[in-house]
Amino acid sequence: MKNPLDSLWGTVISGLVLTLILYNIIKFAMQ
Amino acid sequence: MEFILLGLGRWLHVMAGVMWIGLLYYFNFVQVDALKAAAADNSGAGITRHVAPRALFYFRWAALVTWLAGAMILGKHFLDAFLFLQAAYYPIGVGAWLGTIMLFNVWVLIWPNQKKILGIVAATDEEKNKARRLAFLASRTNTMLSMPMLFFMSASGGVFRTAIFG
Repeated sequence: MKNPLDSLWGTVISGLVLTLILYNIIKFAMQ
Repeated sequence: MEFILLGLGRWLHVMAGVMWIGLLYYFNFVQVDALKAAAADNSGAGITRHVAPRALFYFRWAALVTWLAGAMILGKHFLDAFLFLQAAYYPIGVGAWLGTIMLFNVWVLIWPNQKKILGIVAATDEEKNKARRLAFLASRTNTMLSMPMLFFMSASGGVFRTAIFG
């Protein structure tokens, strides 16, 4: 599998996905 | 005292942060592709000799100043954020941890490898190639981490935290 960080778009999409995951974890933890 | 710690501290944190992340985006969105294009006609020497060292200087020191100013703003709540001791500090805790990992990447992975790439320290061609890959991946990792880091930084206080996390 190709490393998503090799492309700029792969990096940006990975960043968005990571943001979404962390947001949901923290929102759940704060309830 | 609060004026210095919170007011000036936050101002410094944001200014240094803009310089740090601005240069990070310059490297990733501009310089990487520019050097690839320059390799085709051998015109990249000016970038590696005159631009990259200057950009890296402000990049690494801005990273350190950003982190120190951030720690100063957290003050007595430093451990509340980093150890997730209070729910209200969870968002800034995530932002602070991401920023800390990014600072580590700058000083431990990117800068020592860039020194080999730019010829500031001696390295064989094989070492330079390995350094190039490591520095590139660390820089791309920081670009990826900057997105949630900036989200949590901007979502960590007052009305913004209430609006975003309830």
